[in-house]
Amino acid sequence: METAAQPEGLRRVAIDPISRVEGHGKVTLLLDAQHRVQQARLHIVEFRGFESFIVGRPYWEVPVMVQRLCGICPVSHHLAASKAIDVALGIGAIPRTAEVVRRLMHYGQIMQSHALHFFHLSSPDLLFGFDSEVTRRNIVGVAAAYPDIARQGVLLRKFGQEVIRLTAGKRVHGTGSVPGGVNRHLTAEERDLLAAQVPQMLDWCEQAVGLAASLYAQNPSLYDQFGTLRSSWLSIVRPDGALDLYDGVLRARDADGRTLLDGADVQGYIGLIEERTKPWTYLKFPYLRALGPDTGWYRVGPLARVQNCDFIPSPRAEARRQQFLAKGPVHATLAYHWARMIEMLHAMEVIAGLLAEPALVDGNLAAPTPADRPARRAGVGVIEAPRGTLIHSYTLGDDDLVTACNLIVSTTHNNQAMNESVRAVAREYFDGREVTEGLLNHIEVAIRAYDPCLSCATHALGSMPLELNLVGADGMLRDRVLRHGDGRFERAAGMAGE
Amino acid sequence: MTVAPWLVLAVGNPSRGDDALGPLLLDRLRGEGWGDAADVELLTDFQLQVEHALDLRGRRGVLFVDAARPGTAAQAALTRIAADDRLPPASHALRPQAVLHVAARIDGAAPPAWVLAIEGRSFALGSDLSAPARRHLAQALPLALAWLRRRRAPVGTSTVFG
Repeated sequence: METAAQPEGLRRVAIDPISRVEGHGKVTLLLDAQHRVQQARLHIVEFRGFESFIVGRPYWEVPVMVQRLCGICPVSHHLAASKAIDVALGIGAIPRTAEVVRRLMHYGQIMQSHALHFFHLSSPDLLFGFDSEVTRRNIVGVAAAYPDIARQGVLLRKFGQEVIRLTAGKRVHGTGSVPGGVNRHLTAEERDLLAAQVPQMLDWCEQAVGLAASLYAQNPSLYDQFGTLRSSWLSIVRPDGALDLYDGVLRARDADGRTLLDGADVQGYIGLIEERTKPWTYLKFPYLRALGPDTGWYRVGPLARVQNCDFIPSPRAEARRQQFLAKGPVHATLAYHWARMIEMLHAMEVIAGLLAEPALVDGNLAAPTPADRPARRAGVGVIEAPRGTLIHSYTLGDDDLVTACNLIVSTTHNNQAMNESVRAVAREYFDGREVTEGLLNHIEVAIRAYDPCLSCATHALGSMPLELNLVGADGMLRDRVLRHGDGRFERAAGMAGE
Repeated sequence: MTVAPWLVLAVGNPSRGDDALGPLLLDRLRGEGWGDAADVELLTDFQLQVEHALDLRGRRGVLFVDAARPGTAAQAALTRIAADDRLPPASHALRPQAVLHVAARIDGAAPPAWVLAIEGRSFALGSDLSAPARRHLAQALPLALAWLRRRRAPVGTSTVFG
């Protein structure tokens, strides 16, 4: 698949790093003598070390500390860890107030993350085209050309951030979710402040779905074929099959919609999902054990979720889902954007419902920790994070310290699929053609559709130049092009373009 | 609701080694009593995002504080910045110049702004602040204090940072 049959005699084109995804990634294309793409690899070059960051800490610190794993979706880690610790402590059920506050926090995270991705990261590609001037393809360019869209994106983000701040207690590094529940209600004033904005936010979310759908409709041939691949799907769903992004049972379907597994308790995930490693990347490759590594890989995230569920339990988003699936199963990678906006609308509908719950402002905050310790203090917390299924698994020692930890983040689930999409795009756009910035961006567009988060949360000034290397089969660097942080392009001295 | 006229917005992940320089500088300012100042707001976040443009509304001046990779800033450097629309796509996060530009686009104008860049060396998850970063943090504090005092100075007095 990503390995060429005859790697000797191939040349290597590397894109390093990928812009507009977190951290440091690199794409390598191996071309043959005729410039045909034979091999595509998405490298993750930074060692994450998540597990070693967590092991040895007391369990009550974990829901707070894991937020530092990711600057984009800290709330997802906060809640997945909380759910796992609940189980490890033997807490069977949390109070309704805790459930409502946690769900509100989570759907606020979904909403603001989806808004960021669509309005900030992807709409520039979709509105201006993949070959357009690179300096226009960002939120600044969108703000200049489509000021209303940019403004809506900013204000949707702000609303989601306010939901998080009020439920988590702080703007960043929130502490709202604790073992057994939460540590605060919303006040009636806070609730009313959010509720007053709901009609406008719903309207903008509905418009965003319309924009995503219309972009697709304007160029269906491009959207249908760009980086497209048939895959299985994995997500949690509510036990009755409804979309539920906070809690549920594991379900997997194949590319034709046939059920591969359903109703599976997330506590047994390790018996269903296996991970394999490859020597050229730190990111593992998960697959369904029952199918094996070659055919058991799958996709997660919005495109998986809207097709894996039987229905969306909110009317406006379900109506949009029906339109989305009108022609049958959707495998187009760029359809992630449309599905993401359907989910954003759903999240806003859920937020509206949760704000009307009396338990949001009154009721018990947390369940007590049982006096009798479970024989084995271990728990799994699974949540549908903005990018897809997020699994946290912990084992606690008698001294209350974490003794074992395993995290499977959304981007890891999509690892094989991203490689497949890169290869599909590379075959379509790079075969026998000159390697230009615009063409390279096609690969980035395919990766961005998955909204990956490659290493999380460092952003220091001066990072993220874009580098393209062309290396011959003899190991010699043949060409090297840089795009600097201020937008300048530079070809390394002595290098000749293709 | 009125906002404090001066904003110090520090960016960084406290658990990523020298990426913590921005939040740590803010802690130092709090230690100097600036957290209680009515005319100054101290904010921190992991990364700069589009919604931070809304935090600039109503400000007379903004100081962004961030860690910088080696080669980007020498030790500690305070620089006046302007909105910049020549930015490439880079990560989920925005540069301060892009935040200013978004603010200008949605509100018509952005406040005067500066960046205090503090050079870091190591950004690994779970790592401590490096020894060079500690020195650079100490060098950055007087720059931040001078910026704050200068904001409060009467108009027409000597300009230190333009």
